[in-house]
Amino acid sequence: MLVHGPAKPTGHTLATPGVLALLALTVMGMGVAGYRLVFGLQAVTNLDQQHPWGLWIAIDVGTGVALAAGGFTTAALVHVFHRQRYSALMRPALLTAMLGYTFVGIGLMFDLGRYYNIWHPILPSMWQGNSVLFEVGLCVMCYLTVLYIEFLPIVCERFAGDDRYPRLGPVCAWVQRVVRKTMFLLILAGVVLSCLHQSSLGTLMVIAPSKVHPLWYTPILPLLFLLSAIAVGFPMVIFESIYASWSMKSKYEMHLLAPLARFIPVFLGVYLAFKIGDMVVRESYTHFAATSVTGALFASEIILGLVVPLALLLSARVRSSPRWLLIASLMVVLGVALNRVNIFLVSYQPPYAVKSYVPSVGEFVLTVGLIACLMLVYRVIVTYLPVLSSAPKAGTA
Amino acid sequence: MALNRREFMRVAGVAGAGVAFANNQSHANEFAQLPGSADQMMGVLVDIPNCIGCRKCEYACQESAGFDVAPLETFEDKSVFAQDRRPTPSSYTVVNRYGHPTGDSKPAHVKVNCLHCLEPACVSACLVRALTKEPSGPVVYDAAKCMGCRYCMVACPFQIPAYEYDNATTPQVRKCTMCFGQLTKNGGVPACVKACPQDCVIYGKRNDLLRLAHDRISAHPDVYIDHVYGEHEAGGTSWLYLSSIPYEELGFVKAGLTAPPALTELIQHGIFKYWIPPLALYGLLGIIMKLSRPDPSEQAAQAESGTVEC
Repeated sequence: MLVHGPAKPTGHTLATPGVLALLALTVMGMGVAGYRLVFGLQAVTNLDQQHPWGLWIAIDVGTGVALAAGGFTTAALVHVFHRQRYSALMRPALLTAMLGYTFVGIGLMFDLGRYYNIWHPILPSMWQGNSVLFEVGLCVMCYLTVLYIEFLPIVCERFAGDDRYPRLGPVCAWVQRVVRKTMFLLILAGVVLSCLHQSSLGTLMVIAPSKVHPLWYTPILPLLFLLSAIAVGFPMVIFESIYASWSMKSKYEMHLLAPLARFIPVFLGVYLAFKIGDMVVRESYTHFAATSVTGALFASEIILGLVVPLALLLSARVRSSPRWLLIASLMVVLGVALNRVNIFLVSYQPPYAVKSYVPSVGEFVLTVGLIACLMLVYRVIVTYLPVLSSAPKAGTA
Repeated sequence: MALNRREFMRVAGVAGAGVAFANNQSHANEFAQLPGSADQMMGVLVDIPNCIGCRKCEYACQESAGFDVAPLETFEDKSVFAQDRRPTPSSYTVVNRYGHPTGDSKPAHVKVNCLHCLEPACVSACLVRALTKEPSGPVVYDAAKCMGCRYCMVACPFQIPAYEYDNATTPQVRKCTMCFGQLTKNGGVPACVKACPQDCVIYGKRNDLLRLAHDRISAHPDVYIDHVYGEHEAGGTSWLYLSSIPYEELGFVKAGLTAPPALTELIQHGIFKYWIPPLALYGLLGIIMKLSRPDPSEQAAQAESGTVEC
């Protein structure tokens, strides 16, 4: 058995072309964000009275939450089911989830007309238990708090042994002790909170039966959202690991990723079964037209995002090849992203719409800027904090 | 003053008609679950065949809402009927014209605004109680609570709430308030009702209006189709419509007969039933966590090699 060395700061230089490119994209996004704050949604977005939700909700929020699912699936695998061999993947997955949800919040701020009221769901006087969005909002706030607490020991680990900050040492040691003792409660809470809001995110559109295209509208949307979130968790972890190794020119963690990839076809299979079963039961295939845009997107979501990667990942050769594993994982990630875009944008067909919604350049620039900023912060954090593990030491066990 | 008296007569007439035809059909059970009792719930009946498209209701609405309203004469402009219009943040009600599909020369004019659903999807959707259903019928908005998420606009089956996208700092969701809080200003009735020169927009108790509507249908089966829009649409609405033409041809959405929140609230409250499902999942995962824990000696060995995370 190969054993990973402890996680430690990469110390990799930040002065690389890639980092500079991310910085440039971030600055552009910030420009659009500032413009939106000063001149309003109308000046930046193509939203209208028929299309209240656009790219920012579909990508920054809908897709962002789904792709941050690696955090709770890995936590369940490592800490609940105690598959210790994968523990080296826990910290990067936790960091991705923490940053993912943080940027969901930041992205949402720019979409909210009254962003300064974003904290209102905390006030018991405004609690509205019938609202699905209330459930999503409060769960995400709680989960984000849990993620920050889970990440705290990693920050403390960095400063506890550093002679330059002698006063921080005892505080950090205390925090690590306390969090470590309560960690199992936090892990369980994180998994439960994730299951709740990942599914409720799917319930959101159930309130608009007359507007959501019948190919996608189903009362089991919450179940499909939960299953797809679980299915996309490990592919996202694999994609990040391979991407991080490639960009930092370190060794691919295939000894972990290949066995981890065995779980993916199982989750994809369950998701696919419910998706097809729902289509058969509701007879929604009667609304399928291969030549229409909706039909093509629905087919892509299922074939390219589900069936093909499922078939690929059944092969041991695919799972043990970094290139093919990356391709298959990316297909799952993009497939779930497409599903969220389909549900929040493509399938939404409001009555009285005179024109369809196409995102503006500004909306794209801000979304790209947010993703770039997330990657930038990730890069900075792994440079200075112990998140990524060093290359495996062969033969120690 | 004359106007007020006429309004009074109109409302009184509705009430009288309701009493006279009380045995017609009983709607008593329908209101058992509503926030207000059937007696309190007010509504408006729009008699489409009686509308002449004068747009005085549009003017009165904008004036009552305190908008910068153009002079009354400008509302006589009939060219606006060239296109179907929708309510906007500065006009809560608009009148659209539809040529009579059967070739009859008389066009139909349809006043469009919030229908004030009995179980409003927007109210169920709003996560901070910024939208509420008043016991007397109106669905009203509190901007101070609003986050501006616009989920109400997604949820509304009639696509009514309009957003002030051009306002960068304090945008509001805008829609008809049924003149909630302004009734005394308008002589006890909504501004559009007061302004209507025809027997077209009628204010009264929803029960009475329903009876009146069915009475008109049975009295003039040659004029009206046997369908009161809003009686059952989206679970029922405080505003009701009478028409001589099928509603689909007049720009009305074909809304389902159940209130949209019925399903989402069933799912939501099912997932949180007595907190059992979340707690059960928590407990189940906890048990798995305990049972699948590797034996301590192995764990210690791993801890030494630094692989066990906190």
